[in-house]
Amino acid sequence: MNDMSVETKTQVWVEVCKLDDIPPQGSRVIRATLGCVALFRTTDDKVFALEDRCPHKGGPLSQGIVHENGVTCPLHNWVIDMESGRAKAPDEGRVRTFPVEVRDGKVLIDRALLA
Amino acid sequence: MTKKLVVIGNGMAPGRVLDHLFEKAPGEYEVTIFNAEPRVNYDRIMLSPVLSGEKAYEDIIIHDDAWYDEHGVTLLKGKKVVEIDRADRKVIAEDGTTAEYDKLLIATGSSPFVIPVPGNDLDGVVTYRDLDDVDAMLKTAQGGGHAVVIGGGLLGLEAAYGLKRQGMEVTVLHLMPTLMERQLDPSAGYLLEKALVERDIKIITRANTQEITGADGKVTGVTLEDGTELPADIVVMAVGIRPSAQLADDAGLEIGRGILVDDHMVTSDPDILAVGECVEHRGQCYGLVAPLYDMAKVIATNLAGDASAEYTGSVTATKLKVTGIDLYSAGDFAEADDREEIVLRDATGGIYKRLVLKDNKIIGAVLYGDTADGAWFFDLLKKETDISDMRETLIFGQAYAGGSPLDPTAAVAALPDDAEICGCNGVCKGTIVQAITEKGLTGVDDVRAHTKASSSCGTCTGLVEQLLAVTLGDAFQPDAVQPMCGCTDMGHDDVRRMIVAQELKSIPAVLQELNWKTSCGCAKCRPALNYYLLATWPGEYVDDKQSRFINERVHANIQKDGTYSVVPRMWGGITTPDELRAIADVADKFQIPTVKVTGGQRIDLLGVKKEDLPAVWADLNAAGMVSGHAYGKSLRTVKTCVGTDWCRFGTQDSTGLGIKLEKFMWGSWTPHKVKLGVSGCPRNCAEATCKDIGVVCVDSGYEIHFAGAAGMHVKGTEILCTVETEAEVLEYIGALTQLYREQGRYLERIYKWADRVGLKVAQEQVVENAERRKELNARFVYSQQFMQNDPWAERAQGKDAEEFTSFRLAQFGKVA
Repeated sequence: MNDMSVETKTQVWVEVCKLDDIPPQGSRVIRATLGCVALFRTTDDKVFALEDRCPHKGGPLSQGIVHENGVTCPLHNWVIDMESGRAKAPDEGRVRTFPVEVRDGKVLIDRALLA
Repeated sequence: MTKKLVVIGNGMAPGRVLDHLFEKAPGEYEVTIFNAEPRVNYDRIMLSPVLSGEKAYEDIIIHDDAWYDEHGVTLLKGKKVVEIDRADRKVIAEDGTTAEYDKLLIATGSSPFVIPVPGNDLDGVVTYRDLDDVDAMLKTAQGGGHAVVIGGGLLGLEAAYGLKRQGMEVTVLHLMPTLMERQLDPSAGYLLEKALVERDIKIITRANTQEITGADGKVTGVTLEDGTELPADIVVMAVGIRPSAQLADDAGLEIGRGILVDDHMVTSDPDILAVGECVEHRGQCYGLVAPLYDMAKVIATNLAGDASAEYTGSVTATKLKVTGIDLYSAGDFAEADDREEIVLRDATGGIYKRLVLKDNKIIGAVLYGDTADGAWFFDLLKKETDISDMRETLIFGQAYAGGSPLDPTAAVAALPDDAEICGCNGVCKGTIVQAITEKGLTGVDDVRAHTKASSSCGTCTGLVEQLLAVTLGDAFQPDAVQPMCGCTDMGHDDVRRMIVAQELKSIPAVLQELNWKTSCGCAKCRPALNYYLLATWPGEYVDDKQSRFINERVHANIQKDGTYSVVPRMWGGITTPDELRAIADVADKFQIPTVKVTGGQRIDLLGVKKEDLPAVWADLNAAGMVSGHAYGKSLRTVKTCVGTDWCRFGTQDSTGLGIKLEKFMWGSWTPHKVKLGVSGCPRNCAEATCKDIGVVCVDSGYEIHFAGAAGMHVKGTEILCTVETEAEVLEYIGALTQLYREQGRYLERIYKWADRVGLKVAQEQVVENAERRKELNARFVYSQQFMQNDPWAERAQGKDAEEFTSFRLAQFGKVA
């Protein structure tokens, strides 16, 4: 089990935005109580939600360049795999990932994570 | 005593003679070359890649001017010899230049055959022989339109492919039923035709040209005997060549089809030798490069005083230089009663291999689709090896013969020492291995320099690399080109060239056509590609903001805490009380924590929240300020001193010139950042001599400097030239910047670029060649018209709004 992503027994999906609100190969930021969450959209319309803090020096990942399932942090070019949240070797570190779904063109996340 | 050697012609054959001669007998001859073409010696077999855009002229030069200087060779460019005076032992050129000789080498090559049909002298009917022909074709191709190539042989097909790649509609007319019938059997010819048709080249075989039609002296089409009419903006004749022997004939030398030579390559006059395509030796005339090189070796040995060397003829092999089509043919493959053949066909794989055997020896080989074993078959052919023992697996190639493994390196290791690796230059394995071990060679370039292997057509580069690997073991580091990033094996320069050649106009097109290994690139290659496309196709390419680093995407500099800094432009470092007030007001209004003066004579507002950026910009815009591009690989600042306005030492209006330069150049994207400085006198208060481009004003005008650095490396500038007027300063700097924009690799500062290509490149193209300078500057000016829109104003008015807004939790409603 993924020990760093949070799972809840009863998920309450909330709509954050439309898929089209996130530019392809781009990102949007959700300001939540626990901090900022970055939503990324890939060329093939997959959406990932990650804590918007690089495990290296806290850089805002949302401002990075998106390529395939990775994002390169704008501060020091760490590459984070958006699926696992892990930094690409030789760098080591991991960022929180959150469950996210795209349904009927809507981007849904679990409200519990943002409470 | 030095003897006088005069060479008529400066093609590949005499070039190679001289290479060998200077090695064997340095200083023995004083050499004078008459070249009808106005240039140095270049690799003629690489004209096709130049036509298709895969290589540039500079890439195919064999001997540059420095080489002639170094060897004391007098090269008379653009001088055509019209007479050989054998009695007085001298040659006479068209313009009256004469040169006396002790030994004369005729290397007049061949001339293309022009078919005798009406209209063959119309403007737009060209042959395919030298760089001028290629230039003519490229010029026509710029306008698109239709090209008709007459002749479906090696040259014709390479011309057709090149013109297609340059964007023309191409039809090949071939008299015979199948293409390249002299080198290929009908089956391979068919596969070749299919592959070319797939590349959208129209092929008409059994085509008998009746007339070339024209209007106003210019070609408009081709009519075939069966009445077919084809439109044509250009007609390329590639039906064959014939030895150029007229000069020799006029001089009374014996000629047949070509100039007759004996096994020492000597003509009927013992002091006159001949080499290359102009000769006829034992009844044979050659048009490929390998035999010419064999002849060159013999001549050089003879000239060096060793009369034992003899040329006994060559067996030739052919490769077609069309990207993506692998085709190899060698020897004789006509059918006859006393011959057998082994054929392998793989229809889906598009592979066809045929070996022709006589008395258990290979006498001919045709390979299509998979030519890896070409060298091995050719080796067996030339050595007349008895193949009865391996006959059953012979067609599968060397890997299966004797059960040796499939690893290509092992296959190369298994080759005998006298197996030929480089067909163009006749270099065998033993020579290369010996050079590697004795001279301590470590890379392909070293091998090229010492043995000439892989220095002509380059198709054996892989074999040479494998030989290096076999010989050096783990010590071998393939040098090749540094790839752009992990997504590709291609280097920056190759990628740029292909963007131009294949007219790739989007990032997905580049990734697709250049076989990127990743589906959408990475943070290294995408910004580079975005720049290359933007620089190559101004006004056409649509900037991909997702391929830009954050600073360029949001037009501000990201700071360590995720806030941004904002630097408005202050033209030439000049500001006003109103601007300063507006900056102060913005700092107050948006609670900007730090206001700092930068090193580039501007003011930096640090700690701006991202969502405030558009409003900050709107306020700055309202006071007349625009983006200072302090975040871009682009023109940054033009630092100035006060010059003649105030300074008692000032010689020119450095502030005014700085402002003009900044207004001219702002908004341009470049491989890396570009910072300028203009100093009003040699005291240099604007520190212009450590800038990317600097101007130091002097009494008589303006010294233009470039290639300085004051970052991680500190380096003084180099002086480009001195000019007299401000208008010239702008033109020279515009041209210099454009040259850097076109040649610089992404993230390569001007000083690194100049260091890599040599300072003389800028000297030649910007200073010495006025026409080139004007072209470069014109391209810069053209590109600028699309670039000078203030990115801040666009975003203050709502562009990319989503970039500057975020979602808040309270906005969300429950869905399920």
